[in-house]
Amino acid sequence: MRRRFVKHRLAVCGGLVVVAFYLAAAFADFLAYSDPGKLDAQRILVPPQRVSLWSAGRFSPHVYRLVRTRNPETLVLDYSADRSVEIPVVLFAHGYPYRLFGLFPTDIHWIGTRGEPTESSLFLLGSDALGRDLFSRLVVGTRTSLTIGLVGVCISLVLGVILGAVSGFYGGIVDLVIQRVIEMLRAIPTLPLWLGLAAAIPPTWSVTSVYFTITLIVSFVGWTELARELRGRIMSLRHEDFVLAAELCGARPRRIMFVHMIPACTSHIIATATLALPTMISSETALSFLGLGLRSPAISLGVLLNGAQNIQAVALYPWLISPALPTAVIVLAFNLMGDGLRDAADPYA
Amino acid sequence: MPADVILRVRGLTKHFGVARDGEAASADILRAVDDVSFSVRRAKTLALVGESGCGKTTAVRCIVRAMPPTSGNVWFRTTAGGVVDLAALNEAGLRPLRAEIQMVFQDPYSSLNPRLSVLDIIAEPLVVSGVRNRTVIRDRVANLLELVGLRPDHMARYPNAFSGGERQRIGIARALALHPRLVIADEAVSALDVSVRAQILNLLLELQDRYHISYLLVSHDLGIVKHISDQVGVMYVGQMVESADCQAIYRRPLHPYTAALLAAVPIPDPRRRRAAYAAPGEAASPRNPPPGCTFHPRCQHAIPRCKLERPQWAELEPGRFVRCHRAHELQLRGIEA
Repeated sequence: MRRRFVKHRLAVCGGLVVVAFYLAAAFADFLAYSDPGKLDAQRILVPPQRVSLWSAGRFSPHVYRLVRTRNPETLVLDYSADRSVEIPVVLFAHGYPYRLFGLFPTDIHWIGTRGEPTESSLFLLGSDALGRDLFSRLVVGTRTSLTIGLVGVCISLVLGVILGAVSGFYGGIVDLVIQRVIEMLRAIPTLPLWLGLAAAIPPTWSVTSVYFTITLIVSFVGWTELARELRGRIMSLRHEDFVLAAELCGARPRRIMFVHMIPACTSHIIATATLALPTMISSETALSFLGLGLRSPAISLGVLLNGAQNIQAVALYPWLISPALPTAVIVLAFNLMGDGLRDAADPYA
Repeated sequence: MPADVILRVRGLTKHFGVARDGEAASADILRAVDDVSFSVRRAKTLALVGESGCGKTTAVRCIVRAMPPTSGNVWFRTTAGGVVDLAALNEAGLRPLRAEIQMVFQDPYSSLNPRLSVLDIIAEPLVVSGVRNRTVIRDRVANLLELVGLRPDHMARYPNAFSGGERQRIGIARALALHPRLVIADEAVSALDVSVRAQILNLLLELQDRYHISYLLVSHDLGIVKHISDQVGVMYVGQMVESADCQAIYRRPLHPYTAALLAAVPIPDPRRRRAAYAAPGEAASPRNPPPGCTFHPRCQHAIPRCKLERPQWAELEPGRFVRCHRAHELQLRGIEA
């Protein structure tokens, strides 16, 4: 299977991108140089900044100090660079404190400014309407969006595998009930379902409870496809002689399913999971974009895009739309990788 | 049930409902196994023989209860000495008896889980029956591998590292793991090369001598059966048409169908002429069997009575059962034993 996957160039590229994204998610706080929650009224809607690499013929990366002016005619805030003040940008600078992997307390970030606080001087991708650095928010938001997909896929994987296996193994009335439930779930249009369920979440809940509820909602709808596929595979395995042999030596159904049947579908399950992840990610993004999923102060790609929902953002502050790019890239990368995995696992499908 | 009989099957019947378009499933019945009776004696071998599709496999699957029979009795003498009707037990009642009846399968490729090592495959019956100690299991598996002529140090390998014959040996080792008293071999050698066949058959015979195992063999090849069975039952379209001791049936078959099967056995002698007789045409469909004797459309000896009246299963001579109206008057050719 590995050899067939490696032959699939596009899938390998997708895989590398996915790995890169998850690495970024793991080191999100390290990559985010500014505190993503730090408000700054003086730094509202700063456009993306350039980092100049050379200063007087010497290599010395720096940014210029921002000067804020208000346009007297349009009353729009303008930022200009004060070329006389160079703020040096250094690697592995000290910034806001955090815990790496939630374990090791540290305050090292990959870059930062010296002399002035990073939060008010460095804006690689600009800042949002509350003066928070967009790049840092993007990195942290990516982590949220990627992990919400992961947890969701795990839950729906377990549900799909168990219900699919049971349905295919026992057949008869059990199969009938499970399949009708799947049909009912699939018949429900997902968007209105999410709208309804999301509206049912009390607004007083904390960010984390909302996060988990959203994950649960997404995964309880997401297991049906895998259950269907697995049911078919189990039904065909049911007629294999080695399954009969296990039955004849008195093995119970649970053992037969977990020792003989489900392992035979592993590659298929992995492929399905990688194809389900982007769906989960995009559903979270879509929900939050509509303001029904995660809400501020939680940070996710959907929450960030929610802030770019108006015509002003598109016309005047186009950098606010930048979270759309990683969303599209990660979903595409996952789909390419999943397709490759599926082709490798199941060349005849 | 006589004391030396370990398995007695009486009137075993398995019908499948065949759904036709727009009709209820019960409208059409496929009689896969129809009123089959036989007994297997202790430490002896009974062979079920017939063309493909005649219901041999369905019959043995009903006996091991891989599927429930429609009707009939399957009496089995347990180690404890009691007699139980396997056809009447439920899954839970069957489980303690599973160890005593084991099966060797036709296809050495699909009968071993490709994802388990040989150790895990052979150990499965032990693990299922509650043996937990790894060393005990390893020793037992090593013993079993030696018993079937494989090297114990191969137990960590996976089935794909073995040839068909070796895989069949692994299947036999698995069947023997729980000291069964009856082993059912469903076409156990028909997927193997001719040279390997003899080895596997000899292995089965050797194991029978050593452990007094009774065999119920299923085969479509009378040539193979001749060497290792004590009794032979011939099936045609779901019914048993003749059963007798092995020697007797080869020397002088009583049913024209048996004679046709015998005539089809190749004789490894270029100077001998093959008997011209064989049954023309195709085997009848168990879904729509001909009236009267199911074999009459292909039978050379058919008389008008055969088309109308269904022959009964009768004991023509001691120990020789046959289902034919003319069995008493026909002189059929067998092959010299």
